[in-house]
Amino acid sequence: MSTLDSKIPEGPVADKWTNHKNHINVVNPANKRLIDVIVVGSGLAGASASASLAEMGYNVKTFCFQDSPRRAHSIAAQGGINAAKNYQNDGDSTYRLFYDTVKGGDYRAREANVYRLAEVSASIIDQCVAQGVPFAREYGGLLDNRSFGGVLVSRTFYAKGQTGQQLLLGAYSAMSRQINKGKVTMYNRHEMLDLVLVDGKARGIIARNLVTGELERHSAHAVVLATGGYGNVFYLSTNAMGSNVTAAWRAHRRGAYFANPCYTQIHPTCIPRSGDYQSKLTLMSESLRNDGRIWVPKHKKDVEAIRSGKLKPTDLKENDRDYYLERRYPAFGNLVPRDVASRAAKERCDAGFGVNKTGEAVYLDFTAAIMRYGSEKAHTSHIHNPTDAQIRELGEKVIENKYGNLFQIYEKITDDNPYKTPMMIYPAVHYTMGGLWVDYNLMTTIPGCYAAGEANFSDHGANRLGASALMQGLADGYFVLPYTIGDFLADDIRTGEISTESPEFEATEKDVKDRLEALINNKGSKSVDHFHKRLGKVMWDKVGMARKTEGLKEAMAEIKQMREEFYKDVFVPGTVDEFNPELEKAARVADFLELGELFAKDALDRNESCGGHFREESQTEEGEAKRDDVNFAFVSAWEWTGNPSESNLHKEDLKFENIELKQRSYK
Amino acid sequence: MNLTLKIWRQKSPSSKGEMKTYPVKDISEDMSFLEMMDVLNEELINKGEEPVAFDHDCREGICGMCSMYINGEPHGPDRAVTTCQLHMRKFNDGDTIHIEPWRANAFPVLKDLVVDRSSFDRVIQAGGYVSVNTSGNSQDANAIPIPKENADLAFDAATCIGCGACVAACKNASAMLFVSAKVSQLSLLPQGEVEAKDRVLNMIDQMDDEGFGNCTNTGACAIECPKEISLDNIARMNREYLSASVSK
Repeated sequence: MSTLDSKIPEGPVADKWTNHKNHINVVNPANKRLIDVIVVGSGLAGASASASLAEMGYNVKTFCFQDSPRRAHSIAAQGGINAAKNYQNDGDSTYRLFYDTVKGGDYRAREANVYRLAEVSASIIDQCVAQGVPFAREYGGLLDNRSFGGVLVSRTFYAKGQTGQQLLLGAYSAMSRQINKGKVTMYNRHEMLDLVLVDGKARGIIARNLVTGELERHSAHAVVLATGGYGNVFYLSTNAMGSNVTAAWRAHRRGAYFANPCYTQIHPTCIPRSGDYQSKLTLMSESLRNDGRIWVPKHKKDVEAIRSGKLKPTDLKENDRDYYLERRYPAFGNLVPRDVASRAAKERCDAGFGVNKTGEAVYLDFTAAIMRYGSEKAHTSHIHNPTDAQIRELGEKVIENKYGNLFQIYEKITDDNPYKTPMMIYPAVHYTMGGLWVDYNLMTTIPGCYAAGEANFSDHGANRLGASALMQGLADGYFVLPYTIGDFLADDIRTGEISTESPEFEATEKDVKDRLEALINNKGSKSVDHFHKRLGKVMWDKVGMARKTEGLKEAMAEIKQMREEFYKDVFVPGTVDEFNPELEKAARVADFLELGELFAKDALDRNESCGGHFREESQTEEGEAKRDDVNFAFVSAWEWTGNPSESNLHKEDLKFENIELKQRSYK
Repeated sequence: MNLTLKIWRQKSPSSKGEMKTYPVKDISEDMSFLEMMDVLNEELINKGEEPVAFDHDCREGICGMCSMYINGEPHGPDRAVTTCQLHMRKFNDGDTIHIEPWRANAFPVLKDLVVDRSSFDRVIQAGGYVSVNTSGNSQDANAIPIPKENADLAFDAATCIGCGACVAACKNASAMLFVSAKVSQLSLLPQGEVEAKDRVLNMIDQMDDEGFGNCTNTGACAIECPKEISLDNIARMNREYLSASVSK
């Protein structure tokens, strides 16, 4: 077991980033033109990195598997983006955002990285407004904010429930401008299937043209992986259908350590599943918890009456409702962090209080907010003695203005009108805090291979706060990576173009070709989805919201066995040399079947509860997650050895110099 | 419910396609349209046949990737939804459903229901942006107040997901609604005003080069748009275009 060098700069935490920028190597503008960079992924991190690197002068090649870079799944982020602007004059500051993020992550993130994130957050908002991102504004013309879970200030900027879309389109437009200039070459419908190392450095990728099926070699002086998270290892998640771990996993197999794979965020407010045919789960933004109150009935008899349709939730008296988050966490109430809210919902449902047929749903109720906003509006509109119906109507308009698109999504999926009856929600897999291990420069353990955004592990510890994913993706892409990558590339100003005719490219391409042909030629009897669904079930049941030794050991054995079965019995129709979505899926699921096992192994190894990782063996008397800072204040970085269950563990000790380690409390 | 599907099958961009008939059974009304297609594909795979290729990704109505022309309407019979958000409760037991790809010269078919929409990307590349570099020193985000009304209108235009339903709905395969949404968004904001003239001229040039048709104001695009982008945007773009043409 070795200790990893995170290359955290010296000095006080508030000066580290500035000092670091002042002292790292810089490539002069003329030399940048001689250097190529590959960016894989076109979400917030990938698109913003591509645009910024190209503006600086590098030659950028960007890859996405979708039909357009604008489809990347960052587009689906709803609620908002945090920034320490203190526009609301509520005492926000860089330090406070830093503190909230470290605490929210249950003290399992690297202080220096999180401080830098908080430091650049304000610039992100300035940059996006300059690009024409239409954030929500107040009547005075200034930017509006809202609150998110786990914090006591209003620092979240938003664009209705489509903040991710607006930010991504901003980054996409910045990148489109560079495509127009010829500084970014865009490869749509191309999927990275392996990383090419030359002399131990990342010098290119093997990508498959998904339209023709052709394998292509692409070289560069550095490779940036901005390929998102791996939540789809659970089959059902809020991720897009195509979201996958393959690029990161292939880099892992080539030497990049994979950090904290077990840190997964189960988001508390998703639309519950309705049947076995379900292909994905849909999130309802956390911002709804600003105005929605979460409850289940207090008495079992009411639960049964509701499930059988004899009682409507709106008919249940206030006294007969259990607003369990407000009851358990009076200080933060409905705005506790996601991991806490998810576990509390599971606790109520496990105790038999779930309100739908499956027993896996709780209510998210807007009545109080509708009536409150309605009264306010009646007051400002000088309507005297308004009736309840009038107030409700006015209030519904205010709610529609804030969350209209979310309410519409909900209604389309469930056929229920959430203005009139409370929403039903249940936790679902949403985001993965784990990812490729990176140092302070965002470089993985492979020289020249970088990871940005959700694909890396660095900033969210064991639990991500709401509205911080967008912040991190854009911080990495606009303001961190474009500077830190120069430190590595400064050695390459005389290297010249990297040839794709080397034995390394040849060998890697052959590996990919053999892998794909083996899948096609297998001619088994079961579909790819068959295996993916089974893997997802094992992951959810045994490596999901609550984990224990026995279940984790079973999961490892079952996944290993499933992987063997997959290679014996999977059926992939069609050929390698054509547009073949089933083949794409098969290659992705093959990698999920390896990751899943490492994921369970990591969860087993971490015999403490922290953030989204809840070990039943490690809880307080009240059932809250109990950390073990003496034995587990480290990052687990796994090295590939040829078999997931035999991966080597490397530790990066986490030092907390600015924040005191405390048991998290939101009471 | 039990349904009969008539689906466009086309092996490759150059091959000739045809409508093929597939029965599907035991479809739940709570399924999304794409989940119903998953059921069909799973059956085809189990029979050793090739599944129907279709584009899809987020399945929550925002990425803009899904694109089916269902019973003569882009994204099917429901309003303000993409195909992935269309649910089977909008259909009846025994229905026959026709499923085709988007049809437009500027969107060539790649396979079955999958089309190539990179022409949209090229229209954006021609000017759908504000020319600012990344900088940690751009002016404070609140330096220029923007009237809420304009910010809201810009936002409404900016919610376009680039799915191409407007083009598919139009008898001329015109992309005016798509292009005007981006032109409107940026012309309504002070940040976009500086380049407004070049932008509208360049984007419309590119739109014409891609082979999209002309606008004859039928309004089908706005009706079928899953994000309910308003026809006002086309009016705004025409005004921008006219003023840019005479002053340039």
